[in-house]
Amino acid sequence: MQTFTYKIPFSIQQATADFGQNSDFLAGGTTLIDLMKLEVMTPSQLVDINRLPMRGIELASDGLRIGALEKMSDVAEHPEVVANYPVISQALLKSASAQLRNMASMGGNLLQRTRCGYFRDVSTPCNKRQPGSGCPAIDGWNRTHAILGTSSSCVATHPSDLAVALVALDASILLQSGNNDRLVKLDDFYRVPGETPDKENQLKPGELITEIRVPRLPWARRSAYRKIRDRESYEFALASVAVALDVDANNVRDARVAVGGVGTKPWNLPKVREALIGRPSNQQTFEAAAKLAAEGAKPLRHNAFKVELVQRTIVRALMNLGGLA
Amino acid sequence: MSRDLNDSPSSDLPPDVRPGSSRRHFLSRLAAISAGLTVAAPLSHSTTTAEGTALEGESPKQGTDGGLVEINFKVNGLPHKLEVDPRVTLLDAIRDRLDLTGTKKGCDRGACGACTIHINGRRVLSCLTLALMAQGEEITTIEGLAEGNELHPVQAAFIGCDGFQCGYCTPGQIMSAVGCINEGHTRSDTEIQEFMSGNLCRCGAYPNIVDAIKMAAGQMKRGG
Repeated sequence: MQTFTYKIPFSIQQATADFGQNSDFLAGGTTLIDLMKLEVMTPSQLVDINRLPMRGIELASDGLRIGALEKMSDVAEHPEVVANYPVISQALLKSASAQLRNMASMGGNLLQRTRCGYFRDVSTPCNKRQPGSGCPAIDGWNRTHAILGTSSSCVATHPSDLAVALVALDASILLQSGNNDRLVKLDDFYRVPGETPDKENQLKPGELITEIRVPRLPWARRSAYRKIRDRESYEFALASVAVALDVDANNVRDARVAVGGVGTKPWNLPKVREALIGRPSNQQTFEAAAKLAAEGAKPLRHNAFKVELVQRTIVRALMNLGGLA
Repeated sequence: MSRDLNDSPSSDLPPDVRPGSSRRHFLSRLAAISAGLTVAAPLSHSTTTAEGTALEGESPKQGTDGGLVEINFKVNGLPHKLEVDPRVTLLDAIRDRLDLTGTKKGCDRGACGACTIHINGRRVLSCLTLALMAQGEEITTIEGLAEGNELHPVQAAFIGCDGFQCGYCTPGQIMSAVGCINEGHTRSDTEIQEFMSGNLCRCGAYPNIVDAIKMAAGQMKRGG
């Protein structure tokens, strides 16, 4: 690990002021300290934000607010989250391990870095880690990589399960820097790699995610997260889906669908949603809608199976949610 | 005063019990550091090895001026004061500075669970926690679980159910199991397996570990 200096601010204003060149914010540390040990991330200064007032889990009339420093485990087991947004709780509980969920913050989860083996190995090129150096994954080992949103520069997946659930629910995040704040839709926050895979999101230097806001959606009580992986627990997704289903007299009144493990960002599927709305809640409808999920997919040598897998995962999740399986 | 990082662990003992050396006192001092001069870490490279010390070969010559940071925390009920390089993980501080080697270093990357300890009663990974981040916290390691000569129910159950073979993952398994039971995640074998999935056992003692956790959970419920 390379050397760094260490600061502990007690206000958001101070945190912004402390954030200098080549600084990183430290919250739970589960991504950052790992990547600092690998020297994938080499900040010369850490600004420890754990004492900032960015906490609380609160269900109000306009929706759910979660302080960015809340731990994954606390949010996953919060009674209001479990009851009103099961997809969030399930996405969190299917992430990492119990210990990591006790450490990792909600804001940090949304900013975690890709698990691409080339990104994590400093002896190999990687456009995300070292812009312009190349992408060995495109012609190399790419079984776990993305089929959606890829470019000739990068095919790495976004690893967060939480982000998939939040994008499906049309959540926003509050970004703060000094005394300024702005609310950004999480779906807009993330970028596809294009020619600049090192720029993963809209976050500006010194800016913090301080809060997550999920709109009120009463029918999200019927929502779920389904995750397919190489082992049943403690593993990243090969394909995952966040679904919410509003069924009235056997017809789909509304739906939300987003997928993970297949995209370079959490992949929202508005076309799948449209193909569900107004149709009978049955396997035929779900299969027809799921076909649209892989539209524009660019499978690589080892991950073509994801095209079929992501569709089946969507169908299975909808069948379960619709009480049909 | 400057202190060499390779000082014997006993040089940190007896623990600092100076009046006024509280969390608040420390924080205000760190805040002062933060506001003014920044803590600089030494330039040497870490040479962490699987079972070796992370501190060997990186003794800063500058001493405190060269970036050592003072931290205070409680481990198994006893207060400790340490001066550490900011890069030192809590795992290395516990093992190499406090000589509490029950906590194991497995992968050192947050993947295996061997380094599981409790901070303020919650199970966490000490290999992905900087010692600095534990400032003012209450830490429990495997050495702090038993009460005198009386084993913790989970320790006794691991012995009773033969919940280990080589034993290397066992301290982490036990610390994690205590967390799993306290969190209430022992309603079925499947739930235990899911909530213990962060602790790998290369010997494959999993069925007996699940048995031990069920046994201990029952005892802890009855005995309080």
